Amino acid sequence: MRHLLNTLYVQTQGSYLRLENDNVRVDVDGEFKTRLPLHHLDGIVVFGNVLLSPYLIQKLGRSHKPVTWLTEWGQFTARSETPVSGNVLLRVAQHACTCDAARTLAVARFIAAGKLQNQKTTLLRSAREAAGEDAPALRQAARDINAQIAVLPLAETVDEVRGIEGTAARSYFEVFSLMLRANRDFFWLGERTRRPARDPINAVLNYVYTLLAGECASACQAVGLDPQIGFLHALRPGRQSLALDLMEELRPVVADRAVVTLINRQQLTPRDFILHEGRTVTLTEDGRRTILKHLQERKGEEVYHPITGRKTPIGLIPHVQARLLAQHLRGDRPHYPPYLHR
Amino acid sequence: MDDPIPLSALQHFVFCPRQYALIHIEQVWTENEQTARGRGQHERAHGGGSEERDGVRTLRALPLVSREHGLFGVADVVELLPDGSPRPVEYKSGRAKSRLADEVQLCAQALCLEEMFSGSIPGGYIYHVASRKRREVTFTPELRAAVLAARDGIRELLRSRRLPEPAADDRCQLCSLYDECEPFAPRDFPAGYDPFETRPIP
Repeated sequence: MRHLLNTLYVQTQGSYLRLENDNVRVDVDGEFKTRLPLHHLDGIVVFGNVLLSPYLIQKLGRSHKPVTWLTEWGQFTARSETPVSGNVLLRVAQHACTCDAARTLAVARFIAAGKLQNQKTTLLRSAREAAGEDAPALRQAARDINAQIAVLPLAETVDEVRGIEGTAARSYFEVFSLMLRANRDFFWLGERTRRPARDPINAVLNYVYTLLAGECASACQAVGLDPQIGFLHALRPGRQSLALDLMEELRPVVADRAVVTLINRQQLTPRDFILHEGRTVTLTEDGRRTILKHLQERKGEEVYHPITGRKTPIGLIPHVQARLLAQHLRGDRPHYPPYLHR
Repeated sequence: MDDPIPLSALQHFVFCPRQYALIHIEQVWTENEQTARGRGQHERAHGGGSEERDGVRTLRALPLVSREHGLFGVADVVELLPDGSPRPVEYKSGRAKSRLADEVQLCAQALCLEEMFSGSIPGGYIYHVASRKRREVTFTPELRAAVLAARDGIRELLRSRRLPEPAADDRCQLCSLYDECEPFAPRDFPAGYDPFETRPIP
């Protein structure tokens, strides 16, 4: 049983984490801050200048809890490799599937279908809450995505699936800012720009996606899948393709929804951003803290899972999906069922 | 020549072939309260060494092997009667999950002991930690046949690398791998679930 354990995020620069019996003890500048039982944690994510004692790193490794190191700005730099909870047959099946164009296509199609369905759900939910002329535009974008879902079963190559997914993404992001109901003059979205972000919304999305990708990579490893071997995302050295695949279904319902909520509740405001010379945008530390706190709360929220038929905390959805994918790869289920949000 | 089968695998297999495959073939890593408690009990019994009381010698954590049957493992406790003949005693913590699985495991220990001590063993004991009661088990021809049938079933799974279907019955409520197995989840898309659904949007 995987309870929803908590990931410990340490952002405070100069923190020192060490093992104290079966607890993690956190000191800042030589002063005791907090103590947490290890068995409540499923991993630790540290930002920038945070020190972990070697005993703590080893203890975490032995208990299959990865440590993830991000830069101070939330960019992934490293993760500890725990003793592979692996099933060699699962890894062989994963590799075999990537060598089989038809099976890869089938998995990629379902992943893309899950993403598009959830984009539609997110748009329609905002349309119900939107004012005046925004609602019809949001609904029209949802219709455009519907049209892309309809052609997905006809795609004959993974490239075609990526093309369909790209077309839907354009419809989606064109109306993304219409889901916002606060500080609209500040929160505008050009096109999706990854690094560096050229507008505030991209800055937030990049940050939230990085965190979510980390969660998905951890889920792959926990189930024994190789996070670098994906189906929809092309294999590229150093790229966590499978983690990115798993993230696709969750982007609209976990990441994007969180961004919209934070802006609409005015928990994220222009004060949380730094506009640099040369038109790039970064988040302040306070802004990042606000986002982390909100995502942690979201992880505890329960949603209905259409395949297991059970209420599941959002934080566990990546684990459930990784397991469903593993079952498909091992021949235990005929298709990979993406997570469809209600 | 087949690899020898660990005794613990027999018990998992008899309880549920899929549970055996999840643990031994899929290598599912799970740690729950029950397994942790069970390990604690085993660690106590596996302290090793021996002691003597009323002419009965108690051996702990005794390594076992049967070349004839292709089995190996460790016995929690083996009691040597005054005449030198061994009796296996299996410690069980928690609720009895499957009487048959426990008896098969105990009888498999006896098959090893018969080969190692060159004698026949009529029965052994299962000791329930919770109730502190021991129950005698007679090694009938049927029980002995069940041990070898389970061993052959395991060999077949190792050869085919199959993952058996879920049991999806009362056993599942007692299983520590319920979440990994998802016995009652549909193996394919349930009714009303369609990733390619395109209902018109008003």
